[in-house]
Amino acid sequence: MARVVVNLPGQARRGEVIEIRTLAGHDMETGFRRTQLGELIPRNIITRFTCSYNGVEVFRADLHPAIAANPLITFTTVATESGTLEFRWTGDNGFSATHTATLTVV
Amino acid sequence: MGRETRAMQDDETTGPAALWLLDGEALWGRKAGAAGKSCADCHGEAAKSMKGVAARFPVLGSSRDKLINLDQRINVCRVELQKAPALQLESREMLSLSAYVGRQSRGMPIDIHVNDRTQPFLDAGRAAFNRRQGQLNLACAQCHDRNWGKSLAGNPIPQAHPTGYPIYRLEWQGLGSLQRRLRNCMIGVRAEPYAYGAPEYVELEFYLMWRARGMKMETPAVRP
Repeated sequence: MARVVVNLPGQARRGEVIEIRTLAGHDMETGFRRTQLGELIPRNIITRFTCSYNGVEVFRADLHPAIAANPLITFTTVATESGTLEFRWTGDNGFSATHTATLTVV
Repeated sequence: MGRETRAMQDDETTGPAALWLLDGEALWGRKAGAAGKSCADCHGEAAKSMKGVAARFPVLGSSRDKLINLDQRINVCRVELQKAPALQLESREMLSLSAYVGRQSRGMPIDIHVNDRTQPFLDAGRAAFNRRQGQLNLACAQCHDRNWGKSLAGNPIPQAHPTGYPIYRLEWQGLGSLQRRLRNCMIGVRAEPYAYGAPEYVELEFYLMWRARGMKMETPAVRP
């Protein structure tokens, strides 16, 4: 099971800009490295990260081979109403990880 | 250490080492081995029982004839008390547990005392630190005592204080122990590295920790 960490304020004022920090445990194998025997190590990376806020996508990122292992993605969104945020990481070899967090808007 | 690296280290919740700390916390509470015991069954809450423990390692083993480091001490518990197979050194499980235990000492000063029994190990470690080795014929002391602060291949040479092991090293893109870091330097001077867990490494660890006594623990640290 993939290990992910998401850090965001549990509560925010309406209209406030909140910062969301996400960390996903992943090797991000580039596909350019070789073993000691010269065989190519196949690419294995996270290719896409999305965040939806009450079902509406608010952030999306495409990840590429040059991105370091355990990618940390930090972004902001406007707190419009109370609800859930769903985070989804998908990648090579069927990699998939999800995380949900709740946000209370006062 | 650069400003950005420092920021990564200070970010406890989403710093890269957080992934290992979470695993370590889970392992702490997981029952293992024929005895069906978890770390928590004996030691209780790690935040209390493990506070300051990592700052005192390496220590004399129960046989009193050699030093053991924190990782080896974890394996003593696993084999003798949990009746479980020893964790492989440098495995993800071992690093997670060792980082989790070390984390409880964060901010505490390194507390190494030398007595008659441990003095020979300190002397051996100091001798290793000052001994020239490898094809490049370099001693640890030549870089880390006499030339710290200068550059080596564009990177600043540190004073070699092991305050934050296991560290998340950006070059490794993962967590690694002090022995892995020592191995790195030994390969750098083209010497033959010891096997993980070798007494020579533990003596050197002991000397380095003694040399850094009083400095604050930063486990798990982030280094470039």
